This record gives sequence, structure tokens and C-alpha cells, in this order.
Amino acid sequence: MAPTLEIIKKQQDEKEWDEPYFVNMGPQHPSTHGVLRLFLELEGETIRSCDPRIGYLHRGIEKLSEFRTYSQAMVLTDRLDYISSAANNVGFCLAVEKLMGLEVPRRAQIIRVIVCEMARICSHLLWLATHALDIGAMTVFLYCFRDREWLLDVFEMICGARLTVSYPRIGGVRLDFTDEIVDELYKFTEEFPNRIPEYETLIDVNRIWLKRTKGVGVVSPEEAVNLGLTGPSLRGSGVHYDLRRSAPYLIYDELDFEVAVEYEGDTYARYRVRMKEMREANKIIRQCLDKLAETKGEPVVAEDAPDLLMPFGKVKKPQAAPHPKKGYVVKGVEVPVVPEGEVYMATEVPKGELGFYIVSDGTGHPWRLRIRAPSFVHISAIPALAKGHMVADLVAVIGTLDIVLGECDR
Amino acid sequence: MLAVEKLQENFPHDIIEIKECAGQVSVTVRRDRIVDILRFLHDDGELLFDHLADLTAVDWLGKKEPRFEVVYNLFSIRYKQFIRIKVQVPENDPRVDSVTCIWKTANWLERECYDMFGIEFEGHPDLRRILMPDDWEGYPLRKDYPLFLEEEQEWKEYKKLRQKARELAQYDWYPMLAEKDKEEAGSPESEAAA
Amino acid sequence: MDAKTLYDTANYFLLKYFGLSLFKSVVLVAITLLHVAYTTYAERKIIGHMQQRIGPNRVGPRGLLQPIADVLKLITKEDLIPDCVDRPVFKIAPFISLVAGATSLAVIPIWQNFVIANVNTALLVILALSSLSSFGVILAGWASNSRYSFLGGLRASAQVISYEIAMALALVGVMMLAGSLNLVDIVNAQVHSPFKIYAIPQIIGFFVFMVAAIAETNRTPFDLPEAESELVAGYFVEYSGIRFALFYLAEYFGMIVMSMLAVTCFLGGWYGPFEIPGVPFFWFLLKLYFLIFFYIWVRATLPRYRYDQLMGLGWKILIPLALLNIVITGLIKVLA
Repeated sequence: MAPTLEIIKKQQDEKEWDEPYFVNMGPQHPSTHGVLRLFLELEGETIRSCDPRIGYLHRGIEKLSEFRTYSQAMVLTDRLDYISSAANNVGFCLAVEKLMGLEVPRRAQIIRVIVCEMARICSHLLWLATHALDIGAMTVFLYCFRDREWLLDVFEMICGARLTVSYPRIGGVRLDFTDEIVDELYKFTEEFPNRIPEYETLIDVNRIWLKRTKGVGVVSPEEAVNLGLTGPSLRGSGVHYDLRRSAPYLIYDELDFEVAVEYEGDTYARYRVRMKEMREANKIIRQCLDKLAETKGEPVVAEDAPDLLMPFGKVKKPQAAPHPKKGYVVKGVEVPVVPEGEVYMATEVPKGELGFYIVSDGTGHPWRLRIRAPSFVHISAIPALAKGHMVADLVAVIGTLDIVLGECDR
Repeated sequence: MLAVEKLQENFPHDIIEIKECAGQVSVTVRRDRIVDILRFLHDDGELLFDHLADLTAVDWLGKKEPRFEVVYNLFSIRYKQFIRIKVQVPENDPRVDSVTCIWKTANWLERECYDMFGIEFEGHPDLRRILMPDDWEGYPLRKDYPLFLEEEQEWKEYKKLRQKARELAQYDWYPMLAEKDKEEAGSPESEAAA
Repeated sequence: MDAKTLYDTANYFLLKYFGLSLFKSVVLVAITLLHVAYTTYAERKIIGHMQQRIGPNRVGPRGLLQPIADVLKLITKEDLIPDCVDRPVFKIAPFISLVAGATSLAVIPIWQNFVIANVNTALLVILALSSLSSFGVILAGWASNSRYSFLGGLRASAQVISYEIAMALALVGVMMLAGSLNLVDIVNAQVHSPFKIYAIPQIIGFFVFMVAAIAETNRTPFDLPEAESELVAGYFVEYSGIRFALFYLAEYFGMIVMSMLAVTCFLGGWYGPFEIPGVPFFWFLLKLYFLIFFYIWVRATLPRYRYDQLMGLGWKILIPLALLNIVITGLIKVLA
């Protein structure tokens, strides 16, 4: 039975000193990244059990999207993992396009890969900054943010927004890359591999860092898969599961990159996995920039993209069975609509596996939009990882799982 | 697909429907055999569906009977295969067996199903609300639950908060809330202190 | 005896016996308070530059009036005392920390003849007072009646006790070489010894002392009791306004006192390669500033130790090292 406020009051009133000590690492806390409430049962410094309580950031995105068209719902997906919002958008667009059977032009696919990998670097930089700050190394925080600012400036050049980009569209992307952006990205990919050692010198072989992260939050491969961990948290335990290789989407099967895997399963291993992923992301952006030069001048949106032509109200199904892409007439204009069916599309976002399960009933609104957020599953794994550790290790464990409450609560 | 063939072999009477859409197969099975079927898919040497990607429910109010459908999305890391298992749940008896014995991740996923749809999972160790506050009434993602609640139906903590704000408005620097209440209520209220 | 005679007598006695000392103490405390305030400013600027940003630079030219702005702001804040605290203990705890830290100043020699109280057991006095300042921390944690401050107070008390032993043992080596507990005698003995500063023969002792001093004052990497990201300021989470400022000042006071002690015992006090006429405290201040910079540098660079690793470091590594140092010093004294 979950412990509640009543139990604490009872303890204080009756002075039951043998009972375990309940501490609330409350919704507002500098190191629970977002509004996460952890109900800890402590015995001295050791954690006997930990009960995460979420829902403080629940905005009802799934319910809201049932009343919006697919293009409108895409803007809502920005706010899931707001640190790497471009990746969420791409995932959603891919799901809808898979359901529609829409073919996205090659240039748009390359641009989407670039934007996803930029989002990956942004997210990992923020992860490293906050993880190091929680453990106490505050200089790494500022070094990482210096580079993240660079990438956010590039995002601003691309689409005008730094954080919640809403750049992809169902059928392609919104705007093409200008030459300025391509030059800036070339400069970034040249300079970034020299910046990563700057972070590493401060903490990689630092004795205090090693003591704080080695052996903390160890999870075996079988248990990790059973707990539902995905992404770098899983690859730190030795499981080769990367959606870019297992179920390739966009142009990932043409690109040459390594999947980072470590075998110890502790916090240090996950740290190394993410550092390697940053380097690989840099490599991927470089390759894509070269491919982009080859496809210069091509369109970035599919011709029958439903972007702005989606019907704004629910459409009544006509008698004749329509062509899957055309056939609904709204105010005299033939508009393509997502056909009936369901699809589950998973993409590899920086945090793990983001899955969109869309059930469509043939109208312009999704019947059910389900977002499988990696942070939701990772937070459920915190009790298993933190059992028997101390409160200070709990902070390291939360940091290493890389959670974002926006995604978890939706 | 190999998984579908093996399912038809081993559970011939439990499969209700097999559909394919956008390149993905979904199998609807009988409700009372779900744990056995999923355990078979998890343990079988040639299938090895060890990753429970998602566990969710869909509310088909007005479109299909039975009303709810619990969907399990499974992925095999070794063989890179994907399958979807669906279970139909009627409205008058919204119960399904829990699969927490096979996957630990199902714990929270089933809690969310319960919270949003009201589907109870038997054998779940700790079934309580997860995203909504503990004393919330109603199941938000059902189709008959409105998008915006009327003021009378709101959660009682919101009402208490609004009440408190009205009481404390007299200490406001600017009489904002009192003005708004005056407009809304239309009754003669004492002017808030300036 | 009427009021005027009483006043005159009191004045006469005060002036005769305490006059110069009173004046000296006031001057010393005022200057140290200024140092403490500007150490906070220096920390923010130095850490800022180490992190590729400028520290405060708005208030006053180059931000030099920042500490004064901070103090003024904290004084004008509302004095919040939570409901269920132990009131007298809550109010007195910051004062205990501050006073214990400041009183150590009385026995430290700044230059040849400037000691407020030249007692023969100065080193013992300082060790005793540093334990007393941790008492304030424990009281604050207890009286705040909040789980986080309680945990912070517990951790701080255990940490301070462990590292005090290491610190005292490191100082025993100095005592053995100098043959006295009087700080003026220690400095003089240092300068007249062949090494000029005790940091060279006592290199292990110096290292142990510096690490223990960082732990005593609850600075990074040993600042778990007040870890911002874990316990949200630990034992002084319930304090606000000027009471918080007093704790903050007490921490920096401790830092300065420990640095002064290190300068006196290990780095040769006020002696330097050449005399500067008119400024007898020049070398003392220079060495002091260097050690304070070292404190700030360590804060910017290293992550934080976990609590049990911290205790393990204190008991399992520093105390044996300090004991080893004592044995080596003994051997040096016997053989040389």
C-alpha cells in the first residue's frame, strides 16, 4: 500500500522511532529534472524503497489531439521532450506518413536526419550538464551550455525557434536549408570533436567522478529489457538495440555510424555511451551535409502532402470507397485524409524509444494518439535501480536515466 | 509471418482476428488466454518477443462492440520483428489479466490504462492512479469524458483554491480578482481594498 | 556612588586593561569582515572566469559593490521563522557558528607584534573553537524541524568530527618541530629552521591539513551537508534573510581562519624574502590570498564526494597519513 501523508503525521504524533523514515524529494527540487516527486523510505542514508509519483506536468496531449487534425496535433508533440523537440516531431510525422503511405522526398529525409541528430547532440549536452551539476562538477555545466547555445542558434536560423521547433511537416519539412545554415553546420562539425575532450578532461578519469558513478545503478541486460529501458540506458548494459539499426527509418540504412554499447551496466557505462553517441551524431551530420549537396534544388515537401489542406472539421465518409489519398471533398476542394487503420512507429530519440501508436478512423482527426514515452518507462525503473543505494546515489541514478517530465506526463 | 503461424498452431481457438495495416500485423485474441499467449511469445526460442514496447487501450465508443480494446505492442530485439496483440474488453466487465509477471514494465503501463480508461487489471500488485491526482473522479481518455469540464464538475481541490483566492483578494495590491468576480456574479460585492 | 562616577571608573579600567586590545580587536574584526564579504565576490568572479563567463559586473565598477548590495538585500528581507521550530535554539545557532569562527582570530598573529591574545596554547584554542562552530551547524539542523535540515545537520556533524582528528594530527607534526603551541613561537621557529617554511619537511602534514580544512569548512568536494542539488542547502534551508547571511559569513570566516592557520603553521607566517617598509602584513596577506584562491579553484573543478566515501577518506586515508607524518617527524627530530 503506498505510504501517504497520514503515515508521516502518525509517526510524528506517536513518535514511532522504529518505523522507517519517510522523506519526500518533492516536486520542486533542483535535481529531479522537472516536477518529479519521489517518496523515499530511508533507513539512515540507505533507501529501502522509492515510489515515484508523476502527473504534475500532465497536460492531456493525447486527449487534446483527438480534437485536432494531424497537422495541429504535430505542434503538440513538440512539447513532449522539449529539449530535443525536433526528434519528437519527426517521429510523429513518420507515423502519419506510414499510415498514409506517403512518400517523402529524399532531400527532406536528409534534412530530417540532420535535424534529429542536432537534437540528439543538444539533448546529450544538456544531460551531461545537469548530470555533472548534480554530482557537483559545476564547470562542466557551463562548458556544455556554451556549445548548446551554438546549436540553438543554428536552429533559430533554420526555423526561427530555439526550443520547440515544429519544423517538420507531414510530407517533408517546412523550409529548405539556406547556404548559410549549411556553412554554419560545417563549422560546427569541424569544431565539435575538439570540444568533447574539454568536458572529458574534467570528469572522465577524475577519481571522485569514478567513485560516484562506477557501480551505481547497475542493471543486468535481461532485467533492463524486462524493465523496458531503451536507448542509451539499455545500451549501457550491453544490449545492441538501436532503432536506427533494428528498424531503420529515413536514410539511416545508408549512413555509416557505430552504435555505442558498453557492458558494465552502471552509471559510468551509460555516461560513456552518451559521450560516444555525441561523436557519432557529429559524424552523421557531416555525412548528411555531403549528401545534401548532391540533392540541391529538389523539393522538400511531397506533392500530395496534406499539410495545410487537412480538413478542419470532421468529414462525413462518402458512399464510394475513396482512393486512399484523395477523395474527400471539403468545400469543393479534394483533400487527402489519413485512411482508416492503425500504426505503431518507433524512432530513436535521444532519451530512448519514442513510439507513436495512431488509430485512425478515416476522418481528419486521430481516433487515438498514444505516445509511448521513454521517460515514463525509465521513471518506473528508478525503484529497481536505486534499491539499496544512498540518497546521493539516487541523484546520480535519476541523472543517468535522462528523464524529462514533459515526456513522461504528456 | 512466423509469429502468426506459430500462434495459429499453438492457440488455434483463441485467435479472433488477424489484420494487417501499413506493413504491421495485429492479432486479436481472446481475453482469458492473454497471459498464456504473451508468455508463449516471450519465451519461445524462435520468436523471443522480449521487449514490451507499449501497452495501451483504445475506446471504440459508438463504433465497435465490445467497447474497449487493450493493445500490446511487442518487439523482438534478436529477430527484429514486430507484432501487435489486441484484446477486446466489454464495457460492463472491464477486467483483463495483468502481465506484470512477464514484464516488469507492464506495471506502470497498466496503471496508466487504469487511470485513463478504468480498465482493471487482475493480479496487478499496486493498481492506483498515476497521472491524475489520487482522488480524481472519472476516466479522462474515455470518449464520453468531455475535453473541458464545467465548473461544478471540477476537481474539489481546484474549487477550494479558487475559493481561497477569492477570500484573499482583499489583500491584493490591485483589485483584479474582485473586479472579475463582480463582473461574473453581478451581485453587489464590497470593493476590494486598493 | 552616582552614575557619573560609575561611568568614569568603568571607563578608566576598560582603557587601562583592555584599551589597546579592544581597539585592535575591533579593527581586526572589521577588516576580516570586509575580507569575508569580498571573498564571496572573489569567488563568484574567479569561478565565473574559470567557466568562461564574467561574474557579477553590474553593481559598482566591475561589480565591486556586489557584496554590499547582497548584505543590504538580505537585511531588508522578511525574517521568517517557521511554526514548529525550537525558537531559542533556532535563533542562536547562526551566532554560535559565527562567534566561534571569529574568536579564533584573537590568537592568530598577523605580524610580529600584532596578536590580540598571545596565549601559550593558541593551537589548542583554535582546534576547540573549530569544533564549536560545528555545534552551531548541528543545532541549526535540529532546531529547523525539517527532514532535509535534519539530514544535513547529521551529515555535517559526522563529517566535522572525522576530519578534526585528521587536522589535529597534522598539526601535531608542526608542534613537534617547533616545540611549542604558541603561534608566534611556531612562526619564529619556522623561519630559523633550515627549511624556512614547515611545508617542506611537513609536506604530508600540509596536504592532510589542507584536505581536512576543506572538509571542516564544508566546501566542495566535501560539501554534502549543504549540497545544493541534493539536499537543497541542507541544514540552513529554513533560514532566510540576515540569519542566512550569518551562516554564509560563518562559512567564509571558517575558510579564512583555516587559511590563516595554514599560513602560520606551514607557510612561514609574516616572513618573506625581503622586508617591505611600512607594510608589515604584506607577506601574510599574500600567502592568505593564495590559499583562498586555492579553495575557490578546488570548488570550480572537482565534483562532490558521496557521504560514505567522504567518511572513508577521512578515517581510512587521512588519519593514517597523519600518523605516518608524526612518525617521520619524530625520526627527523631524533636524527637531526
